[in-house]
Amino acid sequence: MLELHGITAGYDPRKPVVRDVSLTVHDGEAVGLLGPSGCGKSTLARVAALLHRPTAGTVVIDGEPARGWRHRAPRDQRTAFGVVFQQPRQSADPRLRLRDLIAEPLRATGRRAEATERVRALAPGVGLSEELLARRPHEVSDGQLQRACLARALVLRPRWLICDEMTAMLDASTTAALVGVVETYRRESGAGLLAVSHDPVLLERWCDRTVRWGDRGAALNDAAPAETATSPGSTAP
Amino acid sequence: MTPPTPSTPSTNPKPSTPSTTPTPSTPHKRRNVSAQGGPVDGGPAQGGPVLDVDGLTVRFRMRGGREVAAVTDASFRLRPGECLALVGESGCGKSVLASALLGLLPGNARTAGRALLGDLDLLAADERTLARTVRGRRIGLVPQSPAGHLTPVRTVRSQLRETVRELTGARGSALDEAVPAAAERAAFPADHLDRHPHQLSGGLAQRAATALALVGDAPLLLADEPTTGLDRALVDRTADELRRHVDAGHALLMITHDLVAAERIADRVAVMYAGRIVELADAAAFFGAPGPRHPYARGLLDALPERSFTPIPGMPPELGALPDGCAFAARCARATDACATVPVFADGLACHHEEEPGA
Repeated sequence: MLELHGITAGYDPRKPVVRDVSLTVHDGEAVGLLGPSGCGKSTLARVAALLHRPTAGTVVIDGEPARGWRHRAPRDQRTAFGVVFQQPRQSADPRLRLRDLIAEPLRATGRRAEATERVRALAPGVGLSEELLARRPHEVSDGQLQRACLARALVLRPRWLICDEMTAMLDASTTAALVGVVETYRRESGAGLLAVSHDPVLLERWCDRTVRWGDRGAALNDAAPAETATSPGSTAP
Repeated sequence: MTPPTPSTPSTNPKPSTPSTTPTPSTPHKRRNVSAQGGPVDGGPAQGGPVLDVDGLTVRFRMRGGREVAAVTDASFRLRPGECLALVGESGCGKSVLASALLGLLPGNARTAGRALLGDLDLLAADERTLARTVRGRRIGLVPQSPAGHLTPVRTVRSQLRETVRELTGARGSALDEAVPAAAERAAFPADHLDRHPHQLSGGLAQRAATALALVGDAPLLLADEPTTGLDRALVDRTADELRRHVDAGHALLMITHDLVAAERIADRVAVMYAGRIVELADAAAFFGAPGPRHPYARGLLDALPERSFTPIPGMPPELGALPDGCAFAARCARATDACATVPVFADGLACHHEEEPGA
């Protein structure tokens, strides 16, 4: 079980973009996080994946509080998460061939020996041919690169997947295909999912339940970020 | 859309090409072109098309003699007050088509066919003509990612001011007045004019970029993925605002993979696959009944979470290695031996096996 308790987080201590938000993702559960641009939902997703240290609150992973954040998070907790971001061009190292991009988490965790086999096992599922695996990011389309980023997120067999606007850049068919890949993995592994999106129809179709963000986000032009982010219905049923 | 040429600022660039579309008058007169106003291109709607594209083909020559067929034989027309949505998967050639119309293709591209804007063939026009009389003046570009399109170190006012000055020749107090007026046409709030792009929300940055595109009163607006990355409420608002400019008489070519936005504002839809337009249809018939006629278009619509949320199997072919015959056949449930030949585009469709209505 993944629990977020009373998370307050942001980039300026005086102006948190997330205030006192609590959220639970049960084992095998798919939770959608819905809200307008700039409301802080991506920040919350980063906190959940131990990628951003909150100013208050705790993340509890299977009953154990997070023991560190970012690169200081202990490996067993860090590798429990697979994360896919919105913009594959910005999240993928432009120098790596797709096969190395996918295998990098294995190398980083000292499991280099499994790399070839794991990539070979994953690639057909995400629709990447041998020929595409040999290319670098600038030689493939956004959709193909996002397929590789998803494979990379799955390569360590995470307990939770955090998909932050994974499909916002993609066309309808690629969106449906990638959601299919995530769901296939979740069925066979029992992994949980936190999917962030601004598309209610997508989340309704994809997730077991959707948490709707409070109305007023913290977009720079909105005068009153004070009442940011209470998450009605954010406690588990 | 940064219109000015790097030429000497003292020359007041005047369109030199004869054209059926009158060039814009001075800004203080044009401010009256309102939402309910008549067609901005001067010619009434019954006049000829704003843009007449016939057999547009773009090839890129790559290293090792390889050739990429980015756009093949695209033909369509766009009338004043009409919005055509060009939809398709990423990498299908949509944006290359837009670049070709603006004369912004890289050096290794070769084009064939015609793209008539009035009586000017955009494919044959030289860079000087395009820079001085077309971009910004006869074609306004609403960019993808406005935040990246605006100059980060200058205020919106300063950027609008430069564009107004270069495109209309306004100076002094006329220029000071024209800037807020230009902002207003895109519903950009005047009290935000002195902000820098990073101080704007996504929606306001989009409006700032749209304001720049509208300054030259171009009869043709070209929007390249104007809604990507925006949330649904902003998509709807951006789409509605673009529609307002269409209703004011502009012709709009909207390039998008966002079918929901396309459904919201388009009069007609062109579906592109592997560099070819495979279906060109009335938007109401396409999104409603009887629905799309091409199996690819049907698959794309069915992939929406609003519909069956099933992807089309496989991926589009590489534009550098297109199969002989129909490029969609490998992914198509209806494919037969007939698909070994490229289907001819006729009556709005290029397919050997048209979908049955409502099937």
